[in-house]
Amino acid sequence: MGQSLDLFAAASPEGAWTVTQVTRRARAVVEAGLLPLWVRGEISGFKAWQSGHWYFALRDRSAQIRCVMFQKDNRRLPAPPQDGMQVFLFARPTVWEDKGEFRLTVLDLLSTEAGGLWQLAFEKTKAALAKDGLLDPARKRPLPPYPLRIGIVTSPDGAALQDIIAVTGRRWPMAELLVLPTRVQGEGAEQEICAALALLCRVEGLDLAIIGRGGGSREDLWTFNHERVARAVAALPVPVISAVGHETDVTLCDLVADVRAATPSAAAEAATPDRADVLVELAHLGARLARGLAGRSGRVAERLDRTFDRLTGTLERRLERHRHELSGLAGRLDALSPLKILERGYALARDEQGRVLKRVVQFPSGLRFRLRVTDGEVAARAGES
Amino acid sequence: MARAREPLSFAQQLDRLEEIVRRLETQELDLDEALKLFEEGIERLREARERLTAAEAQVKQVLSDKAGNLKVEDFDG
Repeated sequence: MGQSLDLFAAASPEGAWTVTQVTRRARAVVEAGLLPLWVRGEISGFKAWQSGHWYFALRDRSAQIRCVMFQKDNRRLPAPPQDGMQVFLFARPTVWEDKGEFRLTVLDLLSTEAGGLWQLAFEKTKAALAKDGLLDPARKRPLPPYPLRIGIVTSPDGAALQDIIAVTGRRWPMAELLVLPTRVQGEGAEQEICAALALLCRVEGLDLAIIGRGGGSREDLWTFNHERVARAVAALPVPVISAVGHETDVTLCDLVADVRAATPSAAAEAATPDRADVLVELAHLGARLARGLAGRSGRVAERLDRTFDRLTGTLERRLERHRHELSGLAGRLDALSPLKILERGYALARDEQGRVLKRVVQFPSGLRFRLRVTDGEVAARAGES
Repeated sequence: MARAREPLSFAQQLDRLEEIVRRLETQELDLDEALKLFEEGIERLREARERLTAAEAQVKQVLSDKAGNLKVEDFDG
């Protein structure tokens, strides 16, 4: 065997290698012989450092390997793994020279648990939101029936926005749509959405907000599972409709929103009444208005009739009574009539002028006067007394 | 109706209309009062219908300028 084939040729103390030389050589051999590969095992002794790098061991029943996952690789994951978790690692085997340690530099990590890391992170954030009462069904606000100003937080060039504009334009063109353009996925989307929501809080006269995007992979939708985004949605002063993702993949943003819609189009439908329906409703109100007045004036006419009847009734009764009184009066008048007295044999003396003569002095001797008796008058003259 | 009225939102307008109809239907009113309500109702109805038919959807975008002020512009997406 030639020297060149012997990886660690140091047969005698004189040819001894330094520690650095050995570890460096070992590293070169390992990296050349073992290309990046998938490894499965159980997480143990997990530790996240301030730097953001993760350190842990991967083990099975009889062996273990030290692992590191650098921040630049682990930041794509929603949450760190936990001890005892079964995982698949995609990793590059290497030798850590300063500790003389064989280890794996982890490039990707998949949990084999139900739902994996994503589910874990989701549940953790959900629990935090629930603890603050943000998922309480009693918090859900009813949507305004006739919104005039609707805020839309979404990507300015996505199909989602076009769908919302089209549906609103068809159903309820009275609404003014205010778009708050933001990215909806990728690095920094979370901050942009939070900024857009904060801006929306300052818009005056807002009736309603829609936050949404078209479908996407679970990772694409992850922005809407961030605690900050969920809390910003919950903090909006107006009712919110969330239209993120799919039927099957509920996001935390959906859960804190007042209404969840399956698609952006469905969100726009939920947000607006149909103008045609409202016009029909107006026609109904108009008919009721007319009927209301007709009924009212009908009732008034009836009342007038009744009043008239009562009035005329009273009048007639009164007249009747008067007639009665009058005939009594006439009887009494009749009894008082002087003619009646004359009938009883009395006579009434009057002078030429018609004055009644009642006393002796009124009859000088020779006075011509007239005597009224019951059936006529006679001429008379006063004699010598 | 000589009394000046504040401009109502569409929802308030419909609420008022509903109230007028209900009063006409259920309350004992003088004919004079009923007529006044009816006239107001007709006016509200006309306004509401006008608002419904005249509208044309508007799309704007809201941005914030460097000073953090709201900026509303036409949206041409």
